Amino acid sequence: MAVSGVILLLFVIGHLVGNLQIFAHPDVINKYAHFLQNLGPGLWAVRLILLGAVVAHIWAAVELTLENRRALPERYEADDTIQASYASRTMRISGFIVLAFILFHLAHFTVQIVDTEYRDLYTKTVDGMVVHDVHTMMVKGFQNLWISGFYIIAVGLLSVHLRHGIASMFQSIGWRNAKIAVPLDKASIGLSILYFAGNAAIPLAILAGIVS
Amino acid sequence: MDLTLRVWRQKDRNSPGRLVEYDAKDIDPDMSFLEMLDVVNERLISREEHPIAFDHDCREGICGACSATINGIPHGPERATTVCQLHMRHFKDGDVLTIEPFRARAFPVIRDLMVDRSAFDRIVESGGYVSVRTGSAPEANTLPIPKDVAERAMDAASCIGCGACVAACKNASAMLFVAAKASQLNGLPQGKPEKDRRVLDMVASMDEAGFGNCTNQYECSAVCPKSISEDFIAQLNREYLVASIKQRFARK
Ligand code: HEM
Ligand code: FES
Repeated sequence: MAVSGVILLLFVIGHLVGNLQIFAHPDVINKYAHFLQNLGPGLWAVRLILLGAVVAHIWAAVELTLENRRALPERYEADDTIQASYASRTMRISGFIVLAFILFHLAHFTVQIVDTEYRDLYTKTVDGMVVHDVHTMMVKGFQNLWISGFYIIAVGLLSVHLRHGIASMFQSIGWRNAKIAVPLDKASIGLSILYFAGNAAIPLAILAGIVS
Repeated sequence: MDLTLRVWRQKDRNSPGRLVEYDAKDIDPDMSFLEMLDVVNERLISREEHPIAFDHDCREGICGACSATINGIPHGPERATTVCQLHMRHFKDGDVLTIEPFRARAFPVIRDLMVDRSAFDRIVESGGYVSVRTGSAPEANTLPIPKDVAERAMDAASCIGCGACVAACKNASAMLFVAAKASQLNGLPQGKPEKDRRVLDMVASMDEAGFGNCTNQYECSAVCPKSISEDFIAQLNREYLVASIKQRFARK
């Protein structure tokens, strides 16, 4: 759980930093995307690692859930919670909706079957390179209110997932103790909020016409 | 004070149970929770009804026998307090208290509020021991132990094995108990020889007993009558990781 979680966490942070290039000149993100698309075997290595991490993460999540359900067949009539965070009690549902979003997201921007016209978007950079016009693809994609809405909800839930997940990883591998518990928790909340703000800024800026 | 109790009544392991409502009138606020149950039981007996069965022994918060979940919280609303040391003054006149047994598959109900916690004994049997030299007793101070190491071991050793950690856990995990029982020995030189084996065996016997897995929510330490810290769980996780890697590469 912790190992697959940290791989996914590093990926989503890197992915966000890459995507924030949308706020620069269109050439910047287009060249970045061009670079990634031409990594060849490197691209597939990264894709396989990510696929492996997703499969391992879901496998562990399902096993964890089934074992834990079995361990507690009868719940309290008067159930109560003292300090377990809301995020920690909703890991399954936040993870599940994020998974649904990831599948849609891949169909939308990677395989491009939601709108096949994205495949024919090409542009010439200032210095004359012909590249896939990822900038326009993102702008077109997020001008759709439904897609932007789903995106914002999904990254919101992923942030909630990470609010528990980040601090939780440290405990799982034995790196948490009373001294760092509070700062760790705050860092986990701070990073999750930052992650959400960065992600939500993209569709919001496009919908507001700031990026076009 | 007058209270309404909703108490889990269950004849034996195999019978279904249910919550039954009782009036508990004229309760002295200075009574402990168990004394209040004693009073209710006296009244039940005088009406020729079966008294409510509950576990208790020392009634001074040190043996770990008492166990009950009050309004969803094991040992009730007071922090760092066993139910035998919980006083009725912490409740208000007119309160409705739902009293249930500790819930976990590994803790089957024996009767009413009594549960079978022998799974804990099996976990301790699997690793809660140290090797000792036979023959004459060694000189007491031959093994220097730093104060902080001794204190940490004592903190872990304050676990009274009541099972509230399991009862509070959303996954009925016994990690806090196992972590305490392993840490009270693992940190000390006397516990070093069996350290890896202890961690692996105690975790295996915990899994075998049907406890769930920890998801790091720390409900356990919040209800622990001895305030045992979840730091011991982190320590157990770390030691388990190291022990399992070592075991994988050990020469057979
Ligand atoms: C990009 C996506 C994701 C990231 C970055 C992520 C990250 C994490 C992290 C860091 C943890 C904590 C690991 C630990 O406790 O040691 C975790 C736990 C978990 N994740 Fe994810 N996750 C993602 C997607 C998913 C998905 C798609 C699912 C569901 C199918 C899921 C379900 C869970 C569950 C059930 C837990 C365990 C919760 C617990 O310990 O209480 N996650 N995740
Ligand atoms: S009866 Fe001994 S701890 Fe409560």
